[in-house]
Amino acid sequence: MSQPLAESAPLRAPLEIEFDYTRSLGPVLSQFMAALAERRILGARGADGRVHAPPFEYDPMTAEPARELTDVGPEGTVISWSWMPDPLAGQPLAEPFAWALIRLDGADTAMLHAVDAGSAAAMRTGLRVRPRWAARPAGGIRDIACFEPCDGPAGAAAGAATAQDIGTERTPGMTITPVRLRYLHTASPGESAYLRGLAAGRLLGQRCGVCGQVYVPTRGTCPADGVTMTEEVELPESGTVTTFCIVNVGYPGQRVTPPYVAAAVLLDGADIAFQHLVLGCDASEVRMGLRVRAVWGEAGGISHFTPTSEPDALYETYARSL
Amino acid sequence: MKQPAAVLGVGQTRHRSKRTDVSIAGLCREAADRAVASAGLALADIDAVVVGKAPDLFEGVMMPELYLADALGAVGKPLLRVHTAGSVGGATGIVATSLVQAGLHRRVLALAFEKQSESNAMWALSIAPPFSIPVVAGAGGYFAPHIRAYIRRSGAPSHIGALVAVKDRRNGALNPYAHLQQGDITLEKVLASPMLWDPVRYDETCPSSDGACAVVIGDSDAASVAPGPVAWIRATAMRSEPTMFAGKDHVNPAAGRECVAALWRQAGITDPLNEIDVAEIYVPFSWYEPMWLENLGFAAAGDGWRLTEAGETALGGRLPVNPSGGVLSSNPIGASGLLRFAESALQVMGKAGAHQVPGARVALGHAYGGGSQFFSMWVVSSQPM
Amino acid sequence: MSADVAVVGFAQSPCRVREDATTSGVEMLVPIFAEVFRACGLTRRDIGFWCSGSSDYLAGRAFSFVSAVDAIGAVPPAMESHVEMDAAWALYEAWAKVLTGEAEIALAYGFGKSSGAELRRVLALQLDPYLVAPLWPDSVSVAALQARLGLEAGRWTEKDMAEVAARSRAEARSNPDAQVSGSVTAAELLARPYVAEPLRAHDCAPVGDGAAVVIIASAARARELCERPAWISGFAHQVDSGSLGARDLLAVPSAAGAASAARAGSVELAELHAPFSHQELLLREALGLGEDVAVNPSGGALCGNPMFAAGLARIGLAARAVMSGRASRALGHATSGPALQQNLVCVLSGEAS
Repeated sequence: MSQPLAESAPLRAPLEIEFDYTRSLGPVLSQFMAALAERRILGARGADGRVHAPPFEYDPMTAEPARELTDVGPEGTVISWSWMPDPLAGQPLAEPFAWALIRLDGADTAMLHAVDAGSAAAMRTGLRVRPRWAARPAGGIRDIACFEPCDGPAGAAAGAATAQDIGTERTPGMTITPVRLRYLHTASPGESAYLRGLAAGRLLGQRCGVCGQVYVPTRGTCPADGVTMTEEVELPESGTVTTFCIVNVGYPGQRVTPPYVAAAVLLDGADIAFQHLVLGCDASEVRMGLRVRAVWGEAGGISHFTPTSEPDALYETYARSL
Repeated sequence: MKQPAAVLGVGQTRHRSKRTDVSIAGLCREAADRAVASAGLALADIDAVVVGKAPDLFEGVMMPELYLADALGAVGKPLLRVHTAGSVGGATGIVATSLVQAGLHRRVLALAFEKQSESNAMWALSIAPPFSIPVVAGAGGYFAPHIRAYIRRSGAPSHIGALVAVKDRRNGALNPYAHLQQGDITLEKVLASPMLWDPVRYDETCPSSDGACAVVIGDSDAASVAPGPVAWIRATAMRSEPTMFAGKDHVNPAAGRECVAALWRQAGITDPLNEIDVAEIYVPFSWYEPMWLENLGFAAAGDGWRLTEAGETALGGRLPVNPSGGVLSSNPIGASGLLRFAESALQVMGKAGAHQVPGARVALGHAYGGGSQFFSMWVVSSQPM
Repeated sequence: MSADVAVVGFAQSPCRVREDATTSGVEMLVPIFAEVFRACGLTRRDIGFWCSGSSDYLAGRAFSFVSAVDAIGAVPPAMESHVEMDAAWALYEAWAKVLTGEAEIALAYGFGKSSGAELRRVLALQLDPYLVAPLWPDSVSVAALQARLGLEAGRWTEKDMAEVAARSRAEARSNPDAQVSGSVTAAELLARPYVAEPLRAHDCAPVGDGAAVVIIASAARARELCERPAWISGFAHQVDSGSLGARDLLAVPSAAGAASAARAGSVELAELHAPFSHQELLLREALGLGEDVAVNPSGGALCGNPMFAAGLARIGLAARAVMSGRASRALGHATSGPALQQNLVCVLSGEAS
């Protein structure tokens, strides 16, 4: 029974990617970060005679590694700025602040950082600024929490570091950089139709108008021909295990405790197998050609496939879909 | 129309599970400096740079060629960044070769790297988008069912995968750059190692490595002034197919077969088993050696395992495969393909040291990626065409 | 000359926020592939080499470009490659492939679904991973820093920037693929608030989704496929330092260098990939474009900026101007990275060399 695909809005859901990257700094940046923990800022002299702060690891002009690092600042001059009225996640300050290019005293290049100026009206090119040090340095560029105007009140963490201030959390030569990003994921129209079908207890596939192959799950575009598929095909719950592996290793977010079978299941009437679980028997009993049927989950969708009592399918009937 | 191109120099890092002694730039420079030095050059002699690596998520740096421009001496030069999944190292070599063959540049630096210890490769490979329910994680779970299908199709005995693991790890012990140094590994040990995704065992699985590889490719004039032997690039080929499609042969993919057919044609090779002296092919799970031997036409379909079992792919055999230790010994994902290409070049340059195949004149470099869908290959020779 | 390669076809999807498009790009690509094949009288089997440009970080998925391969119908297998850059660089790779003789007809495509990502934050990850990115300086703020440098140096005024925006929107009214267009004066725009002082909303490209495709062919095939092929008379790209603080942000040496290497000479029309209004002013100067050059008659990236396709689209639009006879020499420019760090120039001509 084939009907055209119904029009419906694609499903969407948030997707968050986050990881705390452990970065090794290498010889030059290790020195730079170690100095930050002591409330010193280092720069590197380039082949063109300019002092670069922050230092380069490799000279932009010659690609030579930085040799000698030299103290600069800690105060500097704003050479450009922009205003951030609604700070974004992860930025140095939660209240409105200025981004600035700051030329530290003794340096010839600029450092990009934040200035806690209070208002855009308080910012100007030429403003003198000084670092506000993080209370507990962690071994990264954020050990400078931000900059602040020199003519403002001295922050709590000003002046040279005391032994108490120098943090012990950091590992020399390493820095940890959390990266958290949020996305709005949109499922393809084909995928959305498949999921809606599952919710209604139906297994939906599509037939390609060019090659005539039946794809399940529905995906919208035939990958062999690059054309949109519109003919919907409903498939039965029965199928054949074409090939499989027995998973013995765990991973975060795994639903089933190993050992379990991850199989390629070729539904009757489909021309392509898809991956799913085979449960309800010992993993060692699963074999290529095993006949299975879908078991629906309580939350909707297929929970897994389970063996039926049918005789195994002949190899020739599924050899094409291994 | 197509200019001749040759590998002038090769460099790579000591591959390790964590290179905490260097930054990302430092890792890349280690390989790049060695490559240009071995070619008798400096970075300033390079006209263009091609960077290749796998997903940016591994290091958490978006488009890292932008950050690396200074470190690679690329300021003021053309810079490209290739990403073709696991085959990317090979694709990087081929793109760099195309630039020289097109007559656009004299000397091009191809560099591929991965510093995957900064995150976790398993995590990066397994991020599931919404609405999908992952059944397995990582590459092993993906490829194990296809390995089972190969074993069924070919009737190969069950220890073949372990033979490959032993061979490649012992070869790796001859390669000072290799991550895994397991000179004393035995068949018994491999067969006793835990089964991870049946039928793939722990010792039959590639490691996760930090590493980089660089190759300097030059035109005829550059080759003529090179201080030592060069490796002439006789042929290159790339082919892709979809991850999944009805009737796809996951065991002996059409994209691989068509890629190598185009390659042998271009190189004028009609009898690969006899004409190729050594092959560096992308084997991340040991059973892929017999599978790729068939896909590449070194053996008939179903017979690849016989070459392995007979010892023909070991050093000293008819067709040494992965004398460097291969992906099974070092796997910085973005670099692994270029390492295969580079190692094939080292062989015909006579610079492979303790893992040199004596008298190697013609070699194959091979890489694959994605769901056995992206293939890149080249043939290098000690002689121009 | 046998080394001549020409653009013979171009199509792009309309730039807008698309609820039906996914990060795989397939929904946006399938229709424009059909359009460009129809226009050229080609099918997918005629394409000797495919090359795409896209970004995993924009998609929020590793290997996101792989799903786009579904749109090309790679059965039988295709010669195909991918750059994690704007597809203008994919076109460059394709051009090199055609020059080697390994393909006669090549197709470059790019796509991006920016509306699904926190674009401003994502692009912060292009910056130095140790010294800058951990602060998360967003892309608009970085551009704003560059804009202020120019204001303070007297290179342009906020009014000059607003005039670029006003002119672009007016031009975009005749571009059905533009996301933003309309009739507005610079004075009206200047009355609106800053979004990242000194930038206002009109100084920044809109966030939208889109895809683009360009087909190129070697000389013999080009003449069969197209009445007036747009011959690629020059094609070059260069990158500047990744250090924002060490680079002179008011000079774009990589753009000037690329134009020189591409032997740009004088052109009648230029499509510049300038997602910020002041960047059009910077690029005009770096590329040596006089007052007589028609700049961004499409409205430019300020009126539609599908990430990873916008640079390719600039080349396609410049080529279209030549193919239609509107211009005999045109320039397409693409940029990558923060504050115009990397630049590419493609020169199209109505005459083969």
